[in-house]
Amino acid sequence: MCWYFGQEMTEDIENIITKYRQGRREDLIPLLQEIQERLGHLPEEAIIRVGSHLGLSTTKIYGLATFYDQFRFIPSGRIHISVCHGTSCFMNGSQGIIDKLTEELKTAPGQTSRNGNFSFDIVTCMGGCYHGPVITVNDEYHIHVSQDQIPELIRKLKYIIEND
Amino acid sequence: MDDLKTFLIEKVLLFESDTLSPEAEKVLSQIRREKTDVPVVYVSSNSSSIIAGSEKTYNALKLFAEENEPGTVVIKVGCAGPANYEPVICIQMPGKNKLYFRNITEEKVEPLMNGVFHNDISEEDLIGQSGSKGFELWPGIDFLEDIPFFALQKRLVLGNCGCYDPGRIEEYIAVGGYRTYLKTIRHYTYDEVCDLIERSGLRGRSGGGYLTGLKWKQALNTPSNARYLICNAKESDPGAFSDRLVMESDPHRLIEGMAIAAYAIGSSNAILYLKAGSEHARAGIQNAIEQARDYGLLGHNIHSSGYNLDIVVRMEPGAFVCGEETALINSLEGKRGMPQLKPPYPTTAGLAGKPTVINNVETLMNVPLIMQNGPEWYRTIGTFSSPGTKIFALAGRGRFSGVIEVEMGTSLRTIVEDIADGIRDAREFKAVQIGGASGSFITSDDLDTQVDFDAMRRQGFSMGSGGFVVIDETSCIVDLVRYYMDFICKESCGKCIPCREGTGRMLEILENVIRKPANEDTGTTLERFRGVMQLETISSVMKDASLCGLGQNAPNPFVSALKNFREEFEEHIFDRKCRANVCRGLRTFIIDVEKCTGCTVCAGKCPVNAIYGTRLQPYFIVEDKCIGCGICYDVCKFSAVIVK
Repeated sequence: MCWYFGQEMTEDIENIITKYRQGRREDLIPLLQEIQERLGHLPEEAIIRVGSHLGLSTTKIYGLATFYDQFRFIPSGRIHISVCHGTSCFMNGSQGIIDKLTEELKTAPGQTSRNGNFSFDIVTCMGGCYHGPVITVNDEYHIHVSQDQIPELIRKLKYIIEND
Repeated sequence: MDDLKTFLIEKVLLFESDTLSPEAEKVLSQIRREKTDVPVVYVSSNSSSIIAGSEKTYNALKLFAEENEPGTVVIKVGCAGPANYEPVICIQMPGKNKLYFRNITEEKVEPLMNGVFHNDISEEDLIGQSGSKGFELWPGIDFLEDIPFFALQKRLVLGNCGCYDPGRIEEYIAVGGYRTYLKTIRHYTYDEVCDLIERSGLRGRSGGGYLTGLKWKQALNTPSNARYLICNAKESDPGAFSDRLVMESDPHRLIEGMAIAAYAIGSSNAILYLKAGSEHARAGIQNAIEQARDYGLLGHNIHSSGYNLDIVVRMEPGAFVCGEETALINSLEGKRGMPQLKPPYPTTAGLAGKPTVINNVETLMNVPLIMQNGPEWYRTIGTFSSPGTKIFALAGRGRFSGVIEVEMGTSLRTIVEDIADGIRDAREFKAVQIGGASGSFITSDDLDTQVDFDAMRRQGFSMGSGGFVVIDETSCIVDLVRYYMDFICKESCGKCIPCREGTGRMLEILENVIRKPANEDTGTTLERFRGVMQLETISSVMKDASLCGLGQNAPNPFVSALKNFREEFEEHIFDRKCRANVCRGLRTFIIDVEKCTGCTVCAGKCPVNAIYGTRLQPYFIVEDKCIGCGICYDVCKFSAVIVK
């Protein structure tokens, strides 16, 4: 979750990249992961810089990064919601929550809303199968969530953002 | 602190004889907190407990201890298994047995602690007591070991889970850890270790059931200047969380197991491949590795044995297919995680073309136990063809849920009826789903099957990663099959055509079965029926022609569901009815004229404005407009909305 651009971001990317040796392809995924951990997403600039450091074309890197679910290319929202969609959560109605969130936020899973306030995605299993459906709002867990609670939750979150 | 470290290394870890000196025993018993003079409170804190709120409980306990009972020690331990009891806390009063309490949320802390300190124990939150000789019993309280959930388990691998603080290596050494590892690298040759493991009959727990010792030997006997050991901790099946609990509760034994395995194949590079998103497990493991390095258990020339080893943690970037061996290796090499044709197997040409052994967490957790107690001991547990135990992640509608470990040879019925203690809310049992997205549904007719690699395979089931989902009458099998197919379809890597196109086509047909047709021309009964017949053909093609296990096993849920629940598929296709009322497209609602008071709540909530009527008069639903979302059914306070 990060809200800065330009010079500062370039420095950050530079600091991370210098930790890795040049031209080693096996470092590609850890490098991208670290950049994403720091910046919250993979900006175009970072991909170009990683490419020149590891001696890979940007298309190759982009091809790899789109293959894996973890990498995002747009910044995540100020509030990031993850919904668990494991078997137990599914049996307890996580599909309804996903539908409701899509409807309330007008955002598809894996996307960020236009004003940059919300983003949400689906994860396979968080490990809290008994407490399902589980969702996290900025790493804070909510358990036994039902789809009726979603509009209320979103209203509260919007209120928090507006008064922030 | 440094004194303790030197003492533990010299007097415990490197001590040659099996019986330790009385002085060392005394120190270890102190670390184990056997004879404590202050009250000790243990809080379960794995990711499942944290989800249930154990962090808040921990903070509340700390605050309570500071204010009311100074001197009380509050520590975080792993989790013993039962997820429905979380957050679990355990209180050990000086000289007395340990008491276990369930569902202790933040606000329950104060009354509970006040009660315990004044000998007034609330029965409501109590699970039981546990302890050994020499401790005072709590009268009239059941023993933890007598509860069926624990009594019917055989806890070898999970033995340490919930007993020690995973953040401190000293506590693991105090329960006998790392001594086996040092003994192994100092006194055994590579071949001897492989031999021992092969004789024990340990089989890989990831589903295939290949003999672990044999796998190690193949890697050892391939001439090479470097070898790799990879621990596959990527349990990405939806609904499998056992490896995660094990790693969070007992990270040191996993490291010991990895170290022994790496030694057995003569490798000095071990990689732990962790699932994306398991940050809590990652932090625990990283910390454990640091501590092991500090104690000289990893690194260069380990305690003058001439053996070097380092363990690296790598995070998986989020692709289900990376659980497959060759795809995993590709992803570690910085490529797209796509499987490759085997042979060559990774044991001959794996990571960077070198011999590589890939074992999963549960397999490696067994290794220190076998090295400690010998292969003959291991053979006495379990069945002849599959010795040992098996861990399952029990989830779904059972009354109990969580991580369990049963001896091989236990029947599935025992797990469902006794350990899970039947179905919640006295509902009807429907099936068990074993093995995640590529597993099968098992009905009550087949529940007498034993947990055993060969017995399960004879019945056509695969053990898989250990997901064990109990399904009751409120779940629709067709919908579940669609859910699994949707998952596989999204996760198919797209390399081979049978899997890429097959899963997509299967999902399309299944969605047709459970969806309301947009108009009468498309999606006729005949079309749906033909679709399901085609599914059988697609399944057999995918089974034969797919490149890796993902595609080959993808049709399993469908095949077993069609075999056991044919009538449910037929109901969906011909009668357009879902008996569990889950499939949204097939539900129709009517309003009971007698019960409806005309309160307008349903009409206000209906997303498509399909409910009409006059205020304080009975309302009605226009069937053509209704999308079957069920909101009116949920919001009606007078149960006037009926599902047809």
